[in-house]
Amino acid sequence: MPIKVLIASPLRPYTGADEVEATGATLGELLADLDTRYPGIRFRMIDEQEQIRKHMRIFINSDPVKNLSHRIAPGDEVCIVQALSGGSS
Amino acid sequence: MAKARAKTRTSRTKKPARPPRADGNLLLVATRKGAWLLRGDAARKEWRSDGPHFLGQIINHLMLDPRDGKTLLATASTGHLGPTIFRSTNMGKSWQESPQPPAFKKEEGGRSVKRTFWLTPAHANEPNVWYAGTSPQGLFRSEDGGVTWNEFSGLNDDSQYRAWMGTEQDGTPDGPMLHSIIIDPRDPKHLYFAMSGGGVHETRDGGKHWKPLIEGMEVVEGFDAKNVSFHDPHCVRLCPSNPDRLYQQNHCGIYRLDRPGTKWKRIGKAMPAKIGDVGFGMVLHPRDDETAWVLPMDGQTVWPRTAINGEPAIYSTANGGKSWKRLDTGLPKTQAWWTVKRQAFTADRHTPVGLYFGTTSGELWASRSEGKTWNCIARHLPEIYAVETAQV
Repeated sequence: MPIKVLIASPLRPYTGADEVEATGATLGELLADLDTRYPGIRFRMIDEQEQIRKHMRIFINSDPVKNLSHRIAPGDEVCIVQALSGGSS
Repeated sequence: MAKARAKTRTSRTKKPARPPRADGNLLLVATRKGAWLLRGDAARKEWRSDGPHFLGQIINHLMLDPRDGKTLLATASTGHLGPTIFRSTNMGKSWQESPQPPAFKKEEGGRSVKRTFWLTPAHANEPNVWYAGTSPQGLFRSEDGGVTWNEFSGLNDDSQYRAWMGTEQDGTPDGPMLHSIIIDPRDPKHLYFAMSGGGVHETRDGGKHWKPLIEGMEVVEGFDAKNVSFHDPHCVRLCPSNPDRLYQQNHCGIYRLDRPGTKWKRIGKAMPAKIGDVGFGMVLHPRDDETAWVLPMDGQTVWPRTAINGEPAIYSTANGGKSWKRLDTGLPKTQAWWTVKRQAFTADRHTPVGLYFGTTSGELWASRSEGKTWNCIARHLPEIYAVETAQV
């Protein structure tokens, strides 16, 4: 079942939209599907050690998630955001 | 950002080297907030700006492939997003993202590329091969014109080299960087690279075996110069007119190495004492192995890394570093606290040679007289990280 994914603005050049759909039983599967649809998007938020990059955050139904094995249920909403900060550079 | 497609190339006949045309001058400017291409007229007097490309993205290096004259590679990241490489074959009209940018292999306690810092096209006889240096320090190679990248695992997995590459804590706040990847124009298997910190290294068998090349290089007082990790070469260049001669701007001075010798000579000792021989960039004459240029920076106390006394100047040698001459005509006389990074000072191949540098305050300066006089050709750019010249 398609899951609604809200896309952070720096990643919108990949998706062309602030809201897209992807499928997967876990967060990792969902991000893999997202990368199939929008090639390159995954590596910009997940590093080669399968860690969410330092200044990226992923929420599922408003709860922060750090583990790619986190299970996703039908009706969940995934939100990818960049950590809020600023002023230094 | 459509997925990049590898192009199949047919074999090509190597063309003889030819002098650059009088027009088609191009400056490739990489900045903290995007990239710009500046196109110069035949006199190199008027420059037309094309940009920004990738506005807001950190572009550490932007290079045109001199072998095909059309492939542009840009290394990109942002403060939040991971690193990638973009590629254009139409002079930046459109860009395709690498589907496999430089990345370390997945392993317990493994490393993650924070930025691709340095790009070097390989030998003329290896038309689609590129090398890249990263932070944390690693060496990567592409064999398809920069579309896909693989680890140079013989080096990145070597336990001794991993120790010399260090961790993030062993580098500057921006992280340790592998840079100055140099190809001997006579032999594609003869390579050099440098690490900040971690010394200068050489292979003669295409990377199967590497060895440090640090003899004669000094380290910060109180540290052991025999320890490779303590060496901090900022920029190493090989003379285009004499591949047996290298020059180096180091954290601890300016050096020259004449092969097959293995001992660097500190030619920076001939610089005026009040100026010293600290800096980042090292620029060599395309046809004269005795001529080089440096841009001294303040290396006192907490390392301001700004023009000495706020009075920027280029220093030039015409005798291999035996003596140096100050060149500052046209540059601000006072209160110019510039920093110029190691990739942001370069030369073209014209006669007389054109010199170019970009400051962290976003000014681009040029000299059409081998440094005798200078003028500002662009200002108000973001912090400039790298400047390269090209002919198109």
